[in-house]
Amino acid sequence: MSEPQPLLEVQDLVKHFPIRGGVLSRVVGHVRAVDGVSFAVRRGRTLGLVGESGCGKTTTGRTLLRLLEPTGGRVFFDGIAVHSLEARSLRALRRRMQIIFQDPYGSLDPRMTVGGIVGEPLSAYGEARGRERRRLVGELLERVGLSASYVNHYPHEFSGGQRQRIGIARALALKPNFVVCDEPVSALDVSIQAQIINLLADLQDERGISYLFISHDLGVVEHISHDVAVMYQGLIVEMAPRDELYARPFHPYTKVLLAAIPVPDPEMKGQSEGPPGQVSSAMGPTTGCPFYPRCAAGDERCRAAVPDLREVAPGHFVRCVNA
Amino acid sequence: MAEALLRVRDLATHFHTEGGVARAVDGVSFEIERGQMFCLVGESGCGKSVTALSIMQLVPSPPGRIVSGSVMLAGEDLLRLPPGQMRRIRGEKIGMVFQEPMTALNPVFTIGSQITEAIRAHREASRAEAARMAVDMLERVRIPDPSRCMGLYPHEMSGGMLQRAMIAMALVCRPVLLIADEPTTALDVTIQAGILRLLDDLRRELGMSVLLITHDLGVVAQVADVVAVMYAGQIVEYADVKTVFADPLHPYMISLLRSLPTLGTRKKKLDAIAGQVPDPRRFPEGCRFHPRCYMAAPECSRVNPELREVRTGHRAACIRLEGYWQPGSSPPVAPVTQPRERARDV
Repeated sequence: MSEPQPLLEVQDLVKHFPIRGGVLSRVVGHVRAVDGVSFAVRRGRTLGLVGESGCGKTTTGRTLLRLLEPTGGRVFFDGIAVHSLEARSLRALRRRMQIIFQDPYGSLDPRMTVGGIVGEPLSAYGEARGRERRRLVGELLERVGLSASYVNHYPHEFSGGQRQRIGIARALALKPNFVVCDEPVSALDVSIQAQIINLLADLQDERGISYLFISHDLGVVEHISHDVAVMYQGLIVEMAPRDELYARPFHPYTKVLLAAIPVPDPEMKGQSEGPPGQVSSAMGPTTGCPFYPRCAAGDERCRAAVPDLREVAPGHFVRCVNA
Repeated sequence: MAEALLRVRDLATHFHTEGGVARAVDGVSFEIERGQMFCLVGESGCGKSVTALSIMQLVPSPPGRIVSGSVMLAGEDLLRLPPGQMRRIRGEKIGMVFQEPMTALNPVFTIGSQITEAIRAHREASRAEAARMAVDMLERVRIPDPSRCMGLYPHEMSGGMLQRAMIAMALVCRPVLLIADEPTTALDVTIQAGILRLLDDLRRELGMSVLLITHDLGVVAQVADVVAVMYAGQIVEYADVKTVFADPLHPYMISLLRSLPTLGTRKKKLDAIAGQVPDPRRFPEGCRFHPRCYMAAPECSRVNPELREVRTGHRAACIRLEGYWQPGSSPPVAPVTQPRERARDV
């Protein structure tokens, strides 16, 4: 009795950005934004990908959709090798894989009406035209909690939360199986965040959509995810089913991250000060564990080589020599 | 009872825009005692930043204008001071730290020259003395190797270190009040924890008061002594931090605490607050929260409630708490699940 095959499998995904310098703009180095990342997203489930700014979580999301071309690695979507698809097949596959962006102000074309924004994918893929398109757009708007009468309005007339709903409606237009949610609530007001999180969860229940939910907020990720992966400097340092990860975090970085969250309860005042030091740059050639310079438990072995991701409990993977 | 250092009374700051008058701050009163960490918390557009700018008299004018109120700092009304004297107050008596350290510092000058400039604007000090004071302050904000930091340009430092440098610059003249507007919002959580601890340590070491402005209830709970919750230009709840979190009174604060996806809560659905944050140019009539409120009564659309002491030391602005409807009854309890997406359209 094996689990059904996951919807998305990412194997050893790599994305390096060249750094150019000097008068001839020669490549002088690489930013190793994503440096060998592997995970799977189960059908109808959510994988939360957490980490701090610059850890490569957004690049991971964009590279696996091939909005950025990967430097290496393989991505299988429902058995299809996404990494080797040529343009035409990739375009066909895109209707099943969508993305919701963080910034609801920058990601909607200010010169298009709401109807145009939400309906564009329908025309682009020849799904619907004219009256049928208008009907579908109206349905989508209603589904995300907006009035169908908004079709002729422009993005600037809406608040951040409403714009994010428009972005979600657009992503849903082609009935995707998989949506990358890239910090979808980070730019929203506190009282609006819960509305959007509930909407995403409802849509998953209704339509069986799988999410890759990218966030820096461990509280939000705990709420929405079934599985959680923690990234640090282009690598996954810990990955486990949600309950397991929050109950028994193993990697020192995961522990630090959990301890650093300010808890909205004054009775739990005065916890961790955070780890010493700064996140070091992902540019230089480094050996050893990327978290070693900030790790309280580090020793000689950590400096020698990057530890492998090891399974410490069923489904619980940790990249640490002490695992 | 310690003496209040800052006393803000009925402060109102309006912006005259093409779309109408935005009553960004509309009758705000609070007091900060010496040595206190006072948090002003609220969502975007609630007026918390404009309150801070009004205290500093840095409201861009036009379109902004302080239309009424008083801001007493140690017995002196700042709103009546001539501009020249106010310039001396800023930096010397009141220090300020902003959200984006990257844009608040001048990119073409070193950290050292920017801090010494701040010192020499307020104090008779030679370059050497000013430099010594600057290094001393950088050490106090726990920047490793402060002498080296003096020669760095802003782009050579990380966000967390820059924010420490900003704090050093704000505190170098030893102000009695530090206003910190979302000082950790642009930083990663592991860096944020260090900055918050630093602010808390420094106000003890230097004996100053801090007005911390944030949207993050977690941050408030961790560092505040006293909390004022703002909504739509007004303070709706005001008490010491333990009271506000353990026993919130105003429906907005109660709903907000329930809607947070905090660590360890495993709810199938979050208790979202319906509706949108109102536009400051078009605040609802009556209580400004009533279109989103789970216990709104017909009366709420007519009366804009005053902030009143509901229990000793605990103020809230809600007519339902004042025995207005059921005299003598205890405050209504929030329902477990709220009506779903009731006020979804504006």
